[in-house]
Amino acid sequence: MARKISMRQALNEALDQEMARDPTVFVMGEDIVGGMGGDGEKDAWGGVLGVTKGLYSKYGDRLLDTPLSESAYIGAAVGAAACGMRPVAELMFIDFMGVCFDEIFNQAAKFKYMFGGKAETPVVIRTMIGGGFRAAAQHSQVLTPLFTHIPGLKVVVPSNAYDAKGLLIQSIRDNDPVIFCEHKNLYGLEMDVPQESYAIPFGEANVVREGKHVTIVTYGMMVHRAMDAAAQLAKDKVECEVIDLRTLSPIDWDTVLESVENTGRLVCVDEAHPRCSIASDVSAKVSQEAFKALKAGIQMVTSPHTPVPFSPSLEDIYLPSADKIAGAVRKTMAN
Amino acid sequence: MSKNPFPLDKQGLLEAYRTMRTIREFEERVHNEFAKGDIPGFVHLYAGEEASGTGIMMHLNDRDRIASTHRGHGHCIAKGVDVKEMMGEIYGKAMGSCRGKGGSMHIADLSKGMMGANGILGAGAPLACGAALAAKFRGDGGVGISFVGDGASNQGMFLESLNLAAVWNLPAIFVVENNGYAESTSRDYAVAVDSYVDRAAGFGLPGVTVDGTDFFAVYEAAGEIIKRAREGGGPALLECKMIRFFGHFEGDQQTYRGKGEVEHIRANQDCIRLFADKVMDAGVIKKPELDVIDKEIARLIEDAVVAAKAAPLPTAKDLMTDVYVTY
Amino acid sequence: MSEKRIIPIVMPKWGLSMSEGKLASWLMKDGDKVKAGDQILEVETDKIAGAVEASEGGVLRRRIGQEDTVYPIKTLIGVLADEDVPDADIDAFVGSYVVPQAEEGEEEAAGPRYEFAETAAGRLRYTKRGSGDKTVLLIHGFGGDLDNWLFNADALAEGATVYTLDLPGHGQSTKAVSEPTVAGLAKAVLSFMDTVKIDKAHLVGHSLGGAIAMEVARQAKPRVTSLTLICSAGLGPDINMEYIDGFVASASRRDLKPVLENLFADAGLVSRQMVDDLLKYKRLDGVGEALSALKAGVFAGGRQSAILADVLASSGVPALVIWGAEDKILPSTHATAASGAKVEIIEGAGHMVQMEQAGRVNGLIKVMLSG
Repeated sequence: MARKISMRQALNEALDQEMARDPTVFVMGEDIVGGMGGDGEKDAWGGVLGVTKGLYSKYGDRLLDTPLSESAYIGAAVGAAACGMRPVAELMFIDFMGVCFDEIFNQAAKFKYMFGGKAETPVVIRTMIGGGFRAAAQHSQVLTPLFTHIPGLKVVVPSNAYDAKGLLIQSIRDNDPVIFCEHKNLYGLEMDVPQESYAIPFGEANVVREGKHVTIVTYGMMVHRAMDAAAQLAKDKVECEVIDLRTLSPIDWDTVLESVENTGRLVCVDEAHPRCSIASDVSAKVSQEAFKALKAGIQMVTSPHTPVPFSPSLEDIYLPSADKIAGAVRKTMAN
Repeated sequence: MSKNPFPLDKQGLLEAYRTMRTIREFEERVHNEFAKGDIPGFVHLYAGEEASGTGIMMHLNDRDRIASTHRGHGHCIAKGVDVKEMMGEIYGKAMGSCRGKGGSMHIADLSKGMMGANGILGAGAPLACGAALAAKFRGDGGVGISFVGDGASNQGMFLESLNLAAVWNLPAIFVVENNGYAESTSRDYAVAVDSYVDRAAGFGLPGVTVDGTDFFAVYEAAGEIIKRAREGGGPALLECKMIRFFGHFEGDQQTYRGKGEVEHIRANQDCIRLFADKVMDAGVIKKPELDVIDKEIARLIEDAVVAAKAAPLPTAKDLMTDVYVTY
Repeated sequence: MSEKRIIPIVMPKWGLSMSEGKLASWLMKDGDKVKAGDQILEVETDKIAGAVEASEGGVLRRRIGQEDTVYPIKTLIGVLADEDVPDADIDAFVGSYVVPQAEEGEEEAAGPRYEFAETAAGRLRYTKRGSGDKTVLLIHGFGGDLDNWLFNADALAEGATVYTLDLPGHGQSTKAVSEPTVAGLAKAVLSFMDTVKIDKAHLVGHSLGGAIAMEVARQAKPRVTSLTLICSAGLGPDINMEYIDGFVASASRRDLKPVLENLFADAGLVSRQMVDDLLKYKRLDGVGEALSALKAGVFAGGRQSAILADVLASSGVPALVIWGAEDKILPSTHATAASGAKVEIIEGAGHMVQMEQAGRVNGLIKVMLSG
C-alpha cells in the first residue's frame, strides 16, 4: 500500500525490511544507534542522517555504533562481506571517504576480479553527498565521479523516496560492493512509496519527463533542478526530456542514446566538478555513439572547478540552478 | 622410543615439517625461476619465516579466516591453498588460483579461509576484523587473523583495527611478523616503541612476543591466543621476531644489510633446521622420515613448475570477466 | 428555461488519482452539431489519453479550453447548448460558472480512497462507488489491476453500486496466490463477495477476469445476475504467449513498453506513466513468483487451460460478449464460442477495449444492467 513518506523514512523502511528478511544483513556506522556506552537514551538519534532511528530497538546487536575510525570499520564491513555477511555501513559524508579509500577501491572493488572470480563482496556503503547546506568545502562535495571511475564498484544516487527504497533494497541484495549516495537536500522530500518491499534493478535510467526537443541527463538533486528548468522551458514550447540516471555504475547508455537519437540535443547536468565528471562522461559517450543525431553542440552544466564555498552568496552561484540549466537548453536550441 | 616432549604428536610434527619444507622448497624454486626471467612482475619470498605461518595456521580450520600480506606464499601454503594453482598464478596462467588475474601478491582462496595476499600494507587488518565480526555474528567460534610486517605495523589502518577489535571484543588476532626491515628501512628506526607488547597495551589488548624462528614458541603462544579468542576472550597481538633469507623482493641487492648477515642467519637461524634438529635430538623422528618428506616435496614443486610453465595463458575473453558478479 | 439547455463540458476525472488533464485537441469546431456519444475533444492524463464524449446532444457553442493546455478536473472547457440559446446567455453561463466543490464527506482532496478486505484468499484491495440497487463487480485480467476500469467505473456508478478489486497477486492485494488457477481465483472472488457482503452481482470480466466471471457463475450461479465478458479468456484455447512471457519477464521500461503496445489498437496510448506504474507493480516482492505461478496454472503449454464456454449455455445467465476487433492477445474469433450471448465486436480497439472505446463499452454494459 502506497503512502506519502520522506526519503529518510523510505531508507529506514528499506533497512528494516531487509534486516527482517535476511539475518546476514547488519548495519554499522558512526552514531547510527546513538548513545552506545553512555548513560542516556539509545536509538533516539539514528545517526546524523536520522535514517537508522528505531532499528536498534528492533534488531539490537545487529546495529553497531563504530569508533570514529573509517578505515577500520569500512574495512571490517568489506571483510565481513567477503565472509558471507551483508553489511550496510553508514559513512556520514562522502567527503570522509579519503581516509578509507583503500578499503573501498583497492579491496572491495578488486576482490572479485583479482581473485579470479572466487570472491564476492556484497557490502553497501551509504553516504551523504551534495551542497546547499552551507557546510563548506569538506562537507558538501558530490565526488560520485571518483567512485564511478573504479571498475568493481556500483554507484547509486536516488533522486526521490520511491527510488531510494527500491535502490537500497537492490543494493543490499546485490552481490557487488555498492556506494549508495544520498543527497542531503532530499531526505525530507515526500512521495508515494509502497509499503511492500521492492527492488529497482540497477542500470535502468528513469525518464522523468518526456520531450522531443532536448535531452537533459542528470542524477540526484539535479533531477529536481532540471525538472524546474523543463517546466520553465515548457512555457516557451521547448519540450525537454529529463533522464534521471539513478545508477552511475552501471549506467544506462541505451536510454540516453535512444533519447538523443530522438531529440538531437543534449544537456548534461552534474553537481560534481566539470573535469572527469558524469557530465563529461555522458558527453563523450554521446559524441562517440550518436554524433550524427546531434543538431547542436553538447552543453554541460556543472559546479565550477573550485572547492565548495561557504558563504551563502557564493554557494548559491556555485551550484547549478534551474536558470543555468534553462540557459544551456536555450543555447542548444539556438543552434 | 623416547618420550615425546613436544605439544604435537608425531603425526603433527611431521605435518608441521612438511608444511615448512613445502614453503621453503616453493620459495627457493621461485627464487631460481625468477632469476631466469620466466616469472612476470615481482615476488616477495617468505623463506626463513616458515615457523611463524606454520605454527599459527596449525591451529586453524577452513572456517577461520586470515588476511595476509604482500609476502603471502607461506601463509597460503600453510592455510591449505593448492600449491600447483599457486605456482600457476605466479606464472600468470589461466589455471592459477586467481585465473592469472591476481599474481603473487593477490593469491586467495576463500574456501580455505585465505582472504588474500595483499599488495596494500596494513589493509588486511580491517578485513580480518570483518572476518572476526562475521564469525561473532554467526557464533561459529571462528577467528580472523591479520598478518602485517613490522613496516605495516605503523599504518593507520592497522592501528585503527587494534582499537576496533578491542572496542567490539572481536575474535581477531594481529600477528606482526617482524623481520627487522620494512623494505630497506630498519624496524628499529621506523617503529617508535621497542616492544609490540607495549603498543598492544596502548590499544587495550594483550600482546605476546615470541622468537619466530622457534616453531614451538610460535605454536604454543598462538594456540593460547586463538583458544582465548574462540571462547570470547577478545583480540590479541602476537609478535613473531623473525628473519627473511631473501631481499624485500626478488632483485633486491640488500645493500642495507650488514656484511655476512644473511650467511650467518642461514647457518644459525634456519627455523626448519632448528625444528628438525629438535625433533631428531629428542628421538621422536628419525632423519630418513624427514628425507622421505623432502623427496616428496621436491617432486611436488618440480611438478608444479613444469605444469605452470606448460599451462596456457589467459586470453582476451578473460579480460572482461569477473569485474562484477552481475552487471 | 434556456439554462437547462446549456450543458457544460468539463475536464473529466478519470480514476481516483486524476487531478488534472491536458486538453490535447478539439475534435469538433464551434457550431458543430453533436449527438450523445460523439467524441468532442481529446484529453491526455499522465496515465492515458482518451476522448471526452457528449453526454447529450446539442451544438458545440463555445470552445473555451486551449489545446495543449493543462486544466484541473471539473474546469469548464466548453459549452454545449441548443441552437436557439442566445449568445448572451452562453456568455452569462460561462461568466458565472463555478467549479463544483467536493461534497461534504467526499475525500477526493485526500487522494484515492482504496479499501481493503480481509478475505479467505488474503487481503484484497477494492473500491466501491455509487449507491444504486444494482451491484456490479468489475474483474480485471492477468497482470492488470482495478485501474484497468479507470474509464468505466465512474460511468457505471451513475446508476449502480460498482465494485472493482485487485485479484490475489495483483495491484495492491496480497501477492500470495494459494490456488493459481481460474477456479482458485473464482473462489477468491466469491470470498471477496462474502467479505464485503455482495449477495448477487452483475459480473464484468476482462480477459482472464472474464474466465473467472464464468467460473464464478459455474460455482455459484445464484450469485450472478449477468455476465459481461470483455476480450475474455475461457472461450477458446488460443492465447498470445509471446505477450504473456514478455509481460512476466520484462524488468525494464525498454523491454516492457513494446510488450504493452500489444494491448491497444493505438500503440501510442502506452504512456510513460502506464509503463512506470506497471514496473512499480512488477518490482514488488512476490509479484514475479505470483505471475509465474499464474502463467503456469492458467496458460500451461501456451494454451488456455480452462475453457468455460459451456457455462454460458448451461447456466442460463444473461451474457454479453464484447471484443476489440484488433485484439492481439486473445483472438476475437473466440467470441463465436459464446452461444446464446449477445456479441459486440468493436472496431478500432484492441485488447483494452474498455479503455480505448470506453464510451461504447460503458453504453453496452449499461444496457446489460438495465436488461
